[in-house]
Amino acid sequence: MSETILEVKGLKTSFFTDDGEVPAVDGINFSVNEGEILGIVGESGCGKSVTSLSIMGLLPSPPGKIVGGQILYKGEDISHAKESRMRKLRGNDIAMIFQEPMTSLNPVFTIGEQLTEAIRLHNHLPKKELESRAEELLKMVGLPRARELLKEYPHELSGGMRQRVMIAIAMSCDPKVLIADEPTTALDVTIQAQILDLMAKLNRETHTAIILITHDLGVVAQVCKRVVVMYAGKVVEEGDVRDIFNHPSHPYTEGLIRSIPDLYSKKEKLYTIKGSVPKPGSIKQGCLFAPRCDYVMDKCWTNAPELVGDSHKSRCFLHQEQA
Amino acid sequence: MLSYSVKRLLMLVPVLLGMTIIVFAIIHAIPGNPALTILGTKATPEAIHNLNQSLGLDQPLYVQYFTYLKNILSGHLGTSIQDNTSIASEIWPHLAATIELSFVAMVIAVVVGINAGIISAWKQNSVFDYAAMIIALIGVSMPIFWLGLLEQWAFSVKLNWLPSIGRTDIITTVQPITNLYLIDTLLEGQFAQFWMVVRHLILPAIALATIPTAIIARMTRSSMLEVLKSDYIRTAKAKGEHMFWIVYKYALKNAFIPILTVIGLQTGLLLGGAILTETIFGWPGIGLYVYNAIQYRDYPVIQSGILVISFIFVMVNFITDLLYGLFDPRIKYR
Repeated sequence: MSETILEVKGLKTSFFTDDGEVPAVDGINFSVNEGEILGIVGESGCGKSVTSLSIMGLLPSPPGKIVGGQILYKGEDISHAKESRMRKLRGNDIAMIFQEPMTSLNPVFTIGEQLTEAIRLHNHLPKKELESRAEELLKMVGLPRARELLKEYPHELSGGMRQRVMIAIAMSCDPKVLIADEPTTALDVTIQAQILDLMAKLNRETHTAIILITHDLGVVAQVCKRVVVMYAGKVVEEGDVRDIFNHPSHPYTEGLIRSIPDLYSKKEKLYTIKGSVPKPGSIKQGCLFAPRCDYVMDKCWTNAPELVGDSHKSRCFLHQEQA
Repeated sequence: MLSYSVKRLLMLVPVLLGMTIIVFAIIHAIPGNPALTILGTKATPEAIHNLNQSLGLDQPLYVQYFTYLKNILSGHLGTSIQDNTSIASEIWPHLAATIELSFVAMVIAVVVGINAGIISAWKQNSVFDYAAMIIALIGVSMPIFWLGLLEQWAFSVKLNWLPSIGRTDIITTVQPITNLYLIDTLLEGQFAQFWMVVRHLILPAIALATIPTAIIARMTRSSMLEVLKSDYIRTAKAKGEHMFWIVYKYALKNAFIPILTVIGLQTGLLLGGAILTETIFGWPGIGLYVYNAIQYRDYPVIQSGILVISFIFVMVNFITDLLYGLFDPRIKYR
C-alpha cells in the first residue's frame, strides 16, 4: 500500500457568529494516500467545503477558525502553520479547484497570465519556458488552440473550457494533492463526464492524489476508489466505493444511493431523504441523523454512535449491533 | 480602438455645438442692455444705438450666434470690457495656473485616496478602516473655504511655515514659457524659484484635494470590498500568491472602473475652476478670472470662461471613456 500523504485527524472547524460558536466540521478523520482518488460525499451544508478550505488554510477568518485536531501533510501539521509556510504549500504542494468556473478566473487578466502565475511563484522559470509550459498544460487538459488561448480572457471561454483552465492552473506546479470542490456541479452533464475523465486521466499520469468533494454519489462511483460520507460535520461512513454501494451500512448513505435516479427502474417517484441537514450545533444529543432516519431506535435520540470498523467504517447503532 | 476614438471624437462635435448654444443663450437671457452696462446709465440713446451697431447687437439672434461661433472657431474670444485686453491671450495663463493646481491636487487625491480605500477594504473593520472613513466623511462634508481659512491660519499665521496666498512671492516674477510654473522654473534652471512655487502650491492643493480624496477613498473601499469577496481572489490565494499582490494587482485592476469614473469626474470639476479655493488663496486661475469678471459684469470674459471650462470638462470625460478599455478587456470599443 502506498504512503499516506495527507491525513486529517479529529479536525474541528467552527464559525464564531453573533449567536455563538457554530461547529461546521466536528472532529473528522480521513487520510489520502499518494496517487489515490478519495471521494468526500454529502449534502450541501454538511461541512465538505469547510473541510477543504481548512486544509488549504483559506477559511474566511474571522469568523472561521480551526479549533481542534490536526492536518498532517507528509507528517507536518499544517492546521496552524504560518501564512508564509502555507503560501509555499498552496498551489505548489496542495492545489485546489472550485465549484464555480464562471467566476473563479480573474476577468481582467489573460488565461496565460493566470496560468503562469503559480509557476512563476513557486518555480522560477525563464519567460520562454514559462510560455511553453503554459501551452503544454493547456494541451494536457485537452484544450485546442493552446497558443491563442493564452492571450484570451476568461469571458471568451465557455464554462467547460474555463474549468479545464482551472484544472490546468491547479496542475501547473505538479501538486501532490489536488482538492476538487464540486468541480462538475456547475457544468452540464456531457461536460461533467469529460471533466471527470480528465481528472482520472491526470491522476493516472501524474500520480497526484485527488480529494473529490461532491454531493453526487454517481460522480464518486465513476472515478473514486475510496469514499468518505459526511453528514452534519461528521464522517458517518467510510470505505471502498464498491463495498459502500453494495452494502451501505449507514441509513444516510443508503438514502443517498436510493435517491440516485435509475434509468431502468419503473418506479414513478424517486426516493428522497426526508427533511434537511440540521443547522450545525442545533442537535445537542443523540445521533445527528436520528430525526431523518427511517430506522431510528430509542437510543438514537439519547446516545451518539461512534465511528467503528476497519476498512469499512460506519457511525450507526444498527450495524454495530449486527456486527 | 483607433476607429472608436475617432468616432467618439466626432460625436463630441454636436455636444460642443450644444454647449456654445447654451452659453450664448445664457448670456443673452441676462436682463439688461450690454451697451448700457458698458457706457453707464447716463449714456445718450444715440451713443447706445451706435455701440449696439458696432457690437452687432442690432442683428437678429441667429446672425449674432453665427458670428459668435465663427469668432470662437477662429480663436477670437473677444476683448474684456474691463480693460480691453484680448481674452484669448489672457485665458491661457489663467488656465495654466488652474491646470497646475488641479494636477497637484489630483495627484494627492489619487495617491492618498486610493491607498486609504484599499487599506480600509483590506483591513475591514480595523481601527484604520474606521479612522479613514470618519476622516473621509469629514472631508466630503467640510466646506472648502472654511478648510482653506483654517489652513492659512494654522500653517501661515501661527506656524509661519508656508505662504498663504498667490502663486509666487510678490517680488519674484517667473519667466513664463508654458505658464506652468513648475515646468518653467525647471526649464530655466531656477531651482530656488521652483521650490518657492512648490511652497505656494501646498496649501491650496491640499484644500482642493480634500473632497476628491475623500470621494476616491470611499469609492475605492466599497469597490475593493466587493472584489475581495469574489471567487477569483480565492483562486489567487489558492495559488499561493502574497496578499499584498492579490490586493494591489489582482483586486485593484478589477475594482478600478468605478474609481476611474470618480477620478474623471473630479478632475473635470477641479479643472472647471475651483472658484472657492482660488479666491481664498488668491490663485490666479480660471476660477478667479471668471469670479472677477462676474463682479465687473464683464460678459465676454464670463462667456469665454464658461466655454473653456465646459470644453475641458467634456474632454476629460472623453479621455476617461477611452481609459476604461485599458482596465477591463470586456469593454469592447466598436
